[in-house]
Amino acid sequence: MECVFGMVGDGFALVAADTSAVHSILVHKSNEDKVMILDSHKLLGASGEAGDRSFTEYIQKNVHVYEFRNGIPLTTAATANFTRCELALALRKVRPSCPVHIVFLVSQNPYFVNILLAGYDKNIGPSLYYIDYIATLHKVDKGAFGYGSYFTLSMMDRHYKSGMSLEEAIDLVDKCIIEIRSRLVVAPPNFVIKIVDKDGAREYAWRESIKDAAGVSAA
Amino acid sequence: MARYDRAITVFSPDGHLFQVEYALEAVRKGNAAVGVRGTDTIVLGVEKKSTPKLQDSRSVRKIVSLDTHIALACAGLKADARVLINRARIECQSHRLTVEDPVTVEYITRYIAGLQQKYTQSGGVRPFGLSTLIVGFDPYTGVPALYQTDPSGTFSAWKANATGRNSNSMREFLEKNYKETSGQETVKLAIRALLEVVESGGKNIEIAVMTKEHGLRQLEEAEIDAIVAEIEAEKAAAEAAKKAPSRDT
Repeated sequence: MECVFGMVGDGFALVAADTSAVHSILVHKSNEDKVMILDSHKLLGASGEAGDRSFTEYIQKNVHVYEFRNGIPLTTAATANFTRCELALALRKVRPSCPVHIVFLVSQNPYFVNILLAGYDKNIGPSLYYIDYIATLHKVDKGAFGYGSYFTLSMMDRHYKSGMSLEEAIDLVDKCIIEIRSRLVVAPPNFVIKIVDKDGAREYAWRESIKDAAGVSAA
Repeated sequence: MARYDRAITVFSPDGHLFQVEYALEAVRKGNAAVGVRGTDTIVLGVEKKSTPKLQDSRSVRKIVSLDTHIALACAGLKADARVLINRARIECQSHRLTVEDPVTVEYITRYIAGLQQKYTQSGGVRPFGLSTLIVGFDPYTGVPALYQTDPSGTFSAWKANATGRNSNSMREFLEKNYKETSGQETVKLAIRALLEVVESGGKNIEIAVMTKEHGLRQLEEAEIDAIVAEIEAEKAAAEAAKKAPSRDT
């Protein structure tokens, strides 16, 4: 039901995510932004249990502490490894109580959140990291989570090539969204697309087929 | 590990906490630091004692950011400062995480002062040997604020204050010359206060200016030199005017 996917292009990386907040058969809202802007040049798209998606806020605050402490931002690779470590620790270890960094919860349950981390570093360029809820970490060119991944991965396998321009990449994203909408039985209606490049991380567009308006439904 | 339960900071018969007072002594030996609050600008200035030739002065930052809208300068034991600053930075982000709002200047000052107080009432530890000047803009009202904490854990808000070496002279100067200022005038007032006790010149002073729009900005040595030159010129002009008042027709 929840779909997050992303890819790396020429000088940029993008993450697209659906925007439904669902509880069993009820859609709470269809404009829930699941792609967090971590800092000036990083995006974190998270899919999974709604409560655990706030894990991304925790990562964001720790990234900010690092920046204040050291005067320079964390690299994307370092952030990915930090995130993975936090997920791994939550699998087995009881947290220390004195704040080395911010303590979130004393928890031994996994955070049920799958993450695509996209970032741009000055000397490295764009990068994308696939981090799943049991702390798998892979640096990838394209990745996807959720039921939508069955369709988006196939579409990307067919159409993705490295070094795509932004227009080509958005075109591929739209193709993926069409596949999800037409082939997934409980397809989410709306998506948000965010990109990160040398000019920073920002929202690129929404793809809405249903607006959260009272009464009137969109075409 | 053995439990540390023996208190080090205990009352004297006449009601003094000597460890805290000795900590204040350590502050008095630290570098001079001054803070001035203007209507739209807050300035922090710190004396830079002569840097050894081989030292990379960029690694010795005396005015630091705690968050995008809060900055801190201190006088006293710099290693103790590092610990407090670290905890404060974490607290700033922790506050943002739990209540989704940035800290107010008063909140983070209260937090730092609370930490300093805790170490005057715990077993096996000594007080932090530093006083801090904390500045920032209220994230909701945009009102500028300047606070000071000391090793005892007390804090209060100020229009302008100084701490560290010769802080009394600087404070006297500020009491005599303080008026509501904004922008560059606030910077000048802070530098004039520092120049009372510090050898003049850009390389002996570190100045940082905080505004609502641009956050904290450290001034370059050349900028500081230029302002110092302006101040000296104004002083000279004032002296000349004093010496020959009858000449003005």
